[in-house]
Amino acid sequence: MSKRVAIIGIGTTGFRATTPDVSYRELTYEAAMKAYLDAGVEPKDIGSFVSTAEDFFEGYSIADEYSPDQVGAVLRPIYTVPGDFIQSLASAYMMILSGIGPISVAQGLSKASNMLTLSEMVTFAMDPIYNRPLKESPHAVAAMEMARFMYETGTTREQCAKVVVKNKKNALNNPYAGHSVLINTDYVLNSEVISYPLTQMDISPHSDGAVVVVLAEEETAKALCDKPIWIRGIGWCSDTPGLETRNWGEAIYAQFAAEMAYKMAGIRYPRKEIDFAEINDEFSYKELQHLEAMRICKKGEAGPLTEIGGTEIAGEFPVNTSGGCLGVGNLYELNGGHKVLEVVRQLKGEAGKNQLKNVTTGLAQSWRGVPTTTGTVVILSN
Amino acid sequence: MRRVAIVGAGLTKFYRNVQETPKELAFEATKMALDSCEMKLSDIDCVVHGTAPDAFDGIHMKGEYLSDGSGAYRKPYMRHYVGGGTGVMSPIHGWFHVASGMFDTCLVVAEEKMSSAYPHPAGAFLTIFDHTTEQPLFPTLIWIFAIEMNRFMTTHGYKKEDIALVAVKNKKNALDHPSAQLGAEITVKDVLDSEIMAWPVNRLDISPTSDAAACIVLAAEHVARRVTEKPIWIDGVGWALDSAYWCNRDLYYPDYVEVAARQAYKMAGIKEPSKEIHIAEPYDPFTYKELHHIEGLQLCKRGGSVQMLLDGVTQRTGNLPCCPSGGALGVGNPIAATGLMKVIEIFSQLRGEAGKRQVPGRPTCGLAQAWGDLMQVGTVVVMRS
Repeated sequence: MSKRVAIIGIGTTGFRATTPDVSYRELTYEAAMKAYLDAGVEPKDIGSFVSTAEDFFEGYSIADEYSPDQVGAVLRPIYTVPGDFIQSLASAYMMILSGIGPISVAQGLSKASNMLTLSEMVTFAMDPIYNRPLKESPHAVAAMEMARFMYETGTTREQCAKVVVKNKKNALNNPYAGHSVLINTDYVLNSEVISYPLTQMDISPHSDGAVVVVLAEEETAKALCDKPIWIRGIGWCSDTPGLETRNWGEAIYAQFAAEMAYKMAGIRYPRKEIDFAEINDEFSYKELQHLEAMRICKKGEAGPLTEIGGTEIAGEFPVNTSGGCLGVGNLYELNGGHKVLEVVRQLKGEAGKNQLKNVTTGLAQSWRGVPTTTGTVVILSN
Repeated sequence: MRRVAIVGAGLTKFYRNVQETPKELAFEATKMALDSCEMKLSDIDCVVHGTAPDAFDGIHMKGEYLSDGSGAYRKPYMRHYVGGGTGVMSPIHGWFHVASGMFDTCLVVAEEKMSSAYPHPAGAFLTIFDHTTEQPLFPTLIWIFAIEMNRFMTTHGYKKEDIALVAVKNKKNALDHPSAQLGAEITVKDVLDSEIMAWPVNRLDISPTSDAAACIVLAAEHVARRVTEKPIWIDGVGWALDSAYWCNRDLYYPDYVEVAARQAYKMAGIKEPSKEIHIAEPYDPFTYKELHHIEGLQLCKRGGSVQMLLDGVTQRTGNLPCCPSGGALGVGNPIAATGLMKVIEIFSQLRGEAGKRQVPGRPTCGLAQAWGDLMQVGTVVVMRS
């Protein structure tokens, strides 16, 4: 691949627990307007668009119908990826490399507050014959995985709780975050047990919001943008969807997705060559599990590293400076979008009080949530 | 941008109420496609899956559920959809994966099991309409297409008995298709005498609901030349969505198909589509849609499609055979799988492997097109041998 591609604009609404004042189309419109202003482009300059939507989350069959108007893509090439936002970003990236215009846009949205039966809906994602009759709640599935992960790696409950404390604290300084709070590990450990060993505070609460990203190939990016953020590597992978056939202790999907992205970026030692990361932490233990799967930590090392503060903002390898899903909120298919947003803000030096010093390479990783085993990774550099 | 070829294809039989699970359908088509080009799953770098609403199969995030059945176990896997236009979007999405240089081979799978939506998949369409302005009216798909068909007929002065010829042609073509669900010898009178669903749409103007899966294997040029002697090249792709506010548009002409077609023709270097395209598979979920799309695809002038049909130009033996497979009306309409079935038909025709359905005159350039959502999507692929 000869062409380089950069993020030249990004727009967001910020993330709130509930947004009764705006519809999902208005959320996207706001994010799109901000992204286009940031990039200095108009919809007519854009060659292709990708939206991210999942039918049951949006409350529509074939939810892609409502994608073109609010991003300015009427009678333009646009289609929908029902996946993680980073998969949409990868699609936009591939369209630029394929020659469908020099500028491409990826959109993602969460209007989780509209969903009345969220838990039942997730159960509806399980295999209708083998898994659904078990009537497992998504939290029970996550709890089983957490138990196995802790058993295999020696990770403790306290270490998982430390992730919650750190992320919710980081979120205090993120103006976009909706679930920030200052607590200690005891508070997490003593909160209501939802499904052992998972407590209420280990689970990320949901949020609403939208993110729109404008990508451009090298020449266009340099012409339009002072601080293009380059996509150095991108990867995605799906492990098995069946509950009975998966590896419960390890996040294989994150490992494969990361290796694909590392290979593209020419990264051999991720811990040394990457300065910071935004990792999916829909459940507290997921941050640790993903760090180990992606070779940023050795097996069993992520917990102790977190315990001594190694993943805090001032630590050796900062993780989730934004506050992650625990602090910002679970955004479902937009989770990857908020991760990319934070990495871009850090690399541009726009992260405010949470700004890291001298960072050049960041990683954003996401996961599609229970019961899936689909993970995505993107590596960005300034 | 690299050249991308289709090197293998697989298609299950089209049925109403299959016993197989959606995953098994996807597996069957995937296995057939890999076998057809003597490739193994280990030769495949990535997988894309096209499947329309989750409500059909009745599984939330059904792309995830279908992943291992589609051969995506521990591979980069991505689902995409644009409503009814999904099936022809699938090879386009796969094309990016390979043309961009990210991957050398890509498995493109499309699956739809509509019978899981019980008693009828029409129920899945109740929630495609705008929640504030349209859903309170309880519209159905057939209503809105009746509005479109009426507008199309009124604008051009087309007669119902002429449009009915599309059903006669396609159902007859489908008799020769081994996967077909509704191949039949019928007459114009049969169509006109069939039950009126919502005037001017009669029962035989509508394609059936079906369960099926389809799969193609895409490869970059250096791999394709090694795998097969007869690669079929994807030379042009185009897609576009019109506004979701369909009430604000004039429905007599599909602008979205024209935009998509012009994008694909530009990429393929086609200047005079009606001469340079030898064979076409326009999307025909309703009889009038085939004509509507032929006009949008610039294969005839606006208002000229019925004359083309009456002159026999679109028959299998005509100058520009349209839906030689039997189309959605004859073979069946498992939404996403239909679009890919059309791509596979052009693939077989250009390879000269369509058996009884083979059109005469060795076609070298063909086109497949699909349409969907709220009458707003056009997806077009131009292929050459």
